[in-house]
Amino acid sequence: MQDNIPIIALENLSKTFEIKPVFGARRQVHALRNISLDIPAGRSLALVGESGSGKSTIGRMILRHYPPSSGVIRFRGQDITTIDRRIYGRSVQMVFQDPFAALNPAHRVRHHLMRPLLLHQPDRDPDEALRALLRAVDLDHARTVDKYPHELSGGQRQRVNFARALAVNARLIIADEPTSMLDVSIRKSVLGLMRDLKKEMGLSILYITHDIATAQYLAEDTAVMFGGQIVERGPTGDVVGNPQHPYTRLLRAAIPDPAIRLRPGTDSFARQVEEVRRLATTAVIGMSVVGSGHLVAEH
Amino acid sequence: MTGLLSVKDLRVEYLTDTTPFVAVRDVSFDIADNEVLGLAGESGCGKSTIAFAAMRLQKPPAFISRGTIHFDGQDVLSMPVRDLRRWRWSECAMVFQSAMNSLNPVMTIFAQFHDMLSAHQNISRSAARARAADMLEMVGIAPDRLDSFPHQLSGGMRQRVVLALALTLRPRLLIMDEPTTALDVVVQREILQELVSLKEKLGFSVLFITHDLALMAQVSDRIAVMLRGEIVEIGTTEKVVTSPQHPYTRDLWAAMPILDAPVHEAPHAG
Repeated sequence: MQDNIPIIALENLSKTFEIKPVFGARRQVHALRNISLDIPAGRSLALVGESGSGKSTIGRMILRHYPPSSGVIRFRGQDITTIDRRIYGRSVQMVFQDPFAALNPAHRVRHHLMRPLLLHQPDRDPDEALRALLRAVDLDHARTVDKYPHELSGGQRQRVNFARALAVNARLIIADEPTSMLDVSIRKSVLGLMRDLKKEMGLSILYITHDIATAQYLAEDTAVMFGGQIVERGPTGDVVGNPQHPYTRLLRAAIPDPAIRLRPGTDSFARQVEEVRRLATTAVIGMSVVGSGHLVAEH
Repeated sequence: MTGLLSVKDLRVEYLTDTTPFVAVRDVSFDIADNEVLGLAGESGCGKSTIAFAAMRLQKPPAFISRGTIHFDGQDVLSMPVRDLRRWRWSECAMVFQSAMNSLNPVMTIFAQFHDMLSAHQNISRSAARARAADMLEMVGIAPDRLDSFPHQLSGGMRQRVVLALALTLRPRLLIMDEPTTALDVVVQREILQELVSLKEKLGFSVLFITHDLALMAQVSDRIAVMLRGEIVEIGTTEKVVTSPQHPYTRDLWAAMPILDAPVHEAPHAG
């Protein structure tokens, strides 16, 4: 049993962006409202929600891309604004949604991985380290190391991105929709890779996704966001298997199910979506406990 | 000859420095009136190449080396360019992959409707405006959005606009190439629900291309599964879902991240 201090903890985190258009009045956008979450070391949390719900904002704030408006983010108990940027930067790494845009098209895989290895693990034999790295992400050294990004498939590129995060000895990986641009048929293998990395290297993963169906492959815990607030969180099995908040139920019901055929003229889904959206935008006044560790928002 | 679209022994190749690469190898299929045919397969299997070839939109280095495409009895491949331009969009329209980005970012929504309408008909600006407003309303967008630019709309709304643009001339066949891949599941479901209702109302056939078999099964009447440029299995949705014959189809199903346990009380559009 490791120590009980979570690797990352968000305490009452809020973020308000001020939009200053060239014309018209400035206005405020409340991207996050009172978010409290934590991820125990070696575990992963799935952050599920639609586009614009604030899930990527959380990821970016953990990376210190922008400061919180209020609230604190702690890394192993320490406020991240007080940690040296270099040290923090190598502990927390991001894997982006678009595996095509995240790699430099003019450089080979070797370059992408060798640079972080030389900078961050200078005492290791670089060639040996490179081999180990590719092995960790299940890529064949001989066949990939001298390839350019365009010569790799989307799934392979995403593996290179994970390898790059490992090269700097990251302890927490923020994976922002890492599979949404991949074919359904290779999504599962990338999810499997993340699960292996977690198990074998003890990595913690914040898995940001809009696809609640994939959460259970990877994450012990799931938090569902809507409109900058967390509407439900708890063990993934409970949240996905027994959703309590109307928005979580909607997400769950919208997963394509080959057994349900869409029929014309049934507006019930559209109506339901509107109602749920209206409810979920109202302020959360508290979380009530519905099961062991399973919390649902009250509006 | 049966069906609205009839593709026979279609072969599409890409010229390369060495030997041509065969992207689509002798593919045959039909789409009947009012039918939704799903075309499934992983990236690079030739799905989009078929979509483009069906509208004769393939660009060099791609070329059709053999086979025929008939649309309601007309030979699409030998159609003169003038007829082809008229035929495209008014008879057979397309919703492109990443449709969210297929709108022109520097033109208002109305300007894009007007562009398309004036290319096909002799139509006044005000009539075009009324027509565009109707179409937006039909897909559930307020007509005052006509003067918005694409970046002022959400991804789901842009997708609806693209769908409205494609249906304005009442085409008999709509080709949809990965229409909802970049959207989240709730919006995706809303749009597909919309599509199914519009199809009922207007009556058109759909060639629905996606790699998501589960999604495809929700809207298609028949499903064709492609592997490396060939159709390896084609059959009714029910058959492909419940008793897939080809090992590749079974692999595709096995690779899908589908929830294991059914959930009680989940709302669905039954």
